[in-house]
Amino acid sequence: MTALLEVSDVHVTFDGFRAINGLSLAINEPELRAVIGPNGAGKTTFMDIVTGKTRPDSGRVIWGERSQSLLAMSESQIARAGIGRKFQKPTVFEEQSVRENLAMALKARRGVFSVLAWRAGPQDAARIAELASEIGLAERLAHRAGDLSHGQKQWLEIGMLLAQDPRLLLVDEPAAGMTPAEREHTTRILKSAARTRAVVVIEHDMEFVRRLDCRVTVLHEGRVLAEGSLDHVTRDARVIDVYLGR
Amino acid sequence: MADTPRRSVLRDHPSVLWFMALLGVFTLAVSILAEGFGLGVISTSLVKVLGMTLCLCLLAVAMDVVWGYCGILSLGHFAFFGLGGYAIGMWLMYARTEILVRESLAAGTIPPTEAEVAEATAAQIFGVVGSSELPAIWSFAHSLPAQLALVVLVPGLLALVFGWLAFRSRVTGVYLSILTQAMTLALALHLFQNDSGLRGNNGLSGLQNIPGALDVPQSVIAMWFFWASALALGLGYLAFAWVVSGKFGSVIRAIRDNEARVRFLGYNVEGYKLFVFTLTAVIAGIAGALYYPQAGIINPAQVAPIASIYLAVWVAIGGRGRLYGAVIGAAVVSLLSSWFTGGGAPNIDLGFYRIVWTDWWQVILGLGFVLVTLFFPRGIGGLFDWLVRKQ
Repeated sequence: MTALLEVSDVHVTFDGFRAINGLSLAINEPELRAVIGPNGAGKTTFMDIVTGKTRPDSGRVIWGERSQSLLAMSESQIARAGIGRKFQKPTVFEEQSVRENLAMALKARRGVFSVLAWRAGPQDAARIAELASEIGLAERLAHRAGDLSHGQKQWLEIGMLLAQDPRLLLVDEPAAGMTPAEREHTTRILKSAARTRAVVVIEHDMEFVRRLDCRVTVLHEGRVLAEGSLDHVTRDARVIDVYLGR
Repeated sequence: MADTPRRSVLRDHPSVLWFMALLGVFTLAVSILAEGFGLGVISTSLVKVLGMTLCLCLLAVAMDVVWGYCGILSLGHFAFFGLGGYAIGMWLMYARTEILVRESLAAGTIPPTEAEVAEATAAQIFGVVGSSELPAIWSFAHSLPAQLALVVLVPGLLALVFGWLAFRSRVTGVYLSILTQAMTLALALHLFQNDSGLRGNNGLSGLQNIPGALDVPQSVIAMWFFWASALALGLGYLAFAWVVSGKFGSVIRAIRDNEARVRFLGYNVEGYKLFVFTLTAVIAGIAGALYYPQAGIINPAQVAPIASIYLAVWVAIGGRGRLYGAVIGAAVVSLLSSWFTGGGAPNIDLGFYRIVWTDWWQVILGLGFVLVTLFFPRGIGGLFDWLVRKQ
């Protein structure tokens, strides 16, 4: 099996600070992967590189069967290729309704003229209703997204991510600010998504990672420190060193 | 959720229906009261002012779409409006001058050749800037269809090329505004030059005389243009309401609020901006082509950056992000402006100081802009929200 996403020997420097320093990792399809690591380990920068937000100084990022280089593509091209992202701080379009947010994310042609002509058909409305009930916002479709609670905005963004129907989901701290019951729900959604696609979750909360029950990659100082099951990596002496003090 | 999949723009946006009804009533009322075909209560000059105001409203609606909806604070849309005016003005001036030249040459014993007519026409138009050659940009001035095409093409192509360069480099926010202002200033300075081919600061004049209808009284011509302006505003308003109502409107408002996030949803933000910038520039050009025949004259001062800034002020005062807000802003501020600066408001003598409204209007407008920005960020249009909530 060839990897869906292959990052190899990537380097990124911000004003002399080596944010990513020889990072290499591969994600398969389907797969659920957790990425953990201390602050400044380069977790979010990794997602920035894959989604085209940050251009690395060197290295390769290869995508899909046709081995396309993501480094040559714009953010929107990468998104259309099938990579969806949920940000750490929930970023939804606050001035617009939940329905409008979901409709915008819904998988459909993204060109100016296709979008001009687009009007929600019965399947689209059904898909939006289905997503809304999955994220617990069925009653709030007509509400302004800005009026939602922090947790509901997290949900809406997860819903938008699912609406895009991507092959690879990059999810940055999905459980932040959620109640235990909501975390449970998030875990279920991510695990079910990972049955058919690749899901990469950045998380700080070890308990949440344990519940995901998946392969874990530990980042430290911009490179992979350890990889394996959670039990395996937490027994690793270097990981303990990094996490528990020096 | 019960969800009607096919919804009409009109049902979703009752304000569109209200606007069309009000515009219809207004047009009918002016038609009945005006000199041209009606009772004569409204003078022809006032009909022209009202017709011009409708054109400014259309321009403001375009500005609202590009700024209020898409978040591009363009300080160049009045320049696109002016270019539309110049494009139609060239035909109006050339065709009419040619008619006059033929009449005067017909008095001679030998009938004039076409070359002589063209030469004399050029000399007549460009004598004022010390030239008698017809510049290359006037090559199509004899043809109404060609100049009508240029009304759309000149602003459209300028916006397309400029927008492509600016958006591709991801110039946004205040930097983009400065860039559009620089474009406007460069254009105005170019037009001010006598060898620009558009008669320098003299501009184009006599545009109220329509070739082919030179015997028709101005009171009737004023009505033609008034109706055309009302029709253009109505159609433009409907078209823009359709554009901003669906998913496209959703996407451009999302671009206004967080364009980086829109990219991660897979939308090519630059393409959307370029489309909106160019489309609104084209509509601005059409509005200008209807405005200047009513104004009778166009000169480079019309294109100067300050005009585009006023346009932004109208939209801000009327209420950004709602089409009727732009119409209210443009109508109220431009009519008040012509009332104050046109001597409509009586000056007040306080003994120790004389309030001259032509001077003080600028201060009032500036103060009004500051107050609206600080206390009513939704503008006059925001009052409607308040009224709806109170009900």
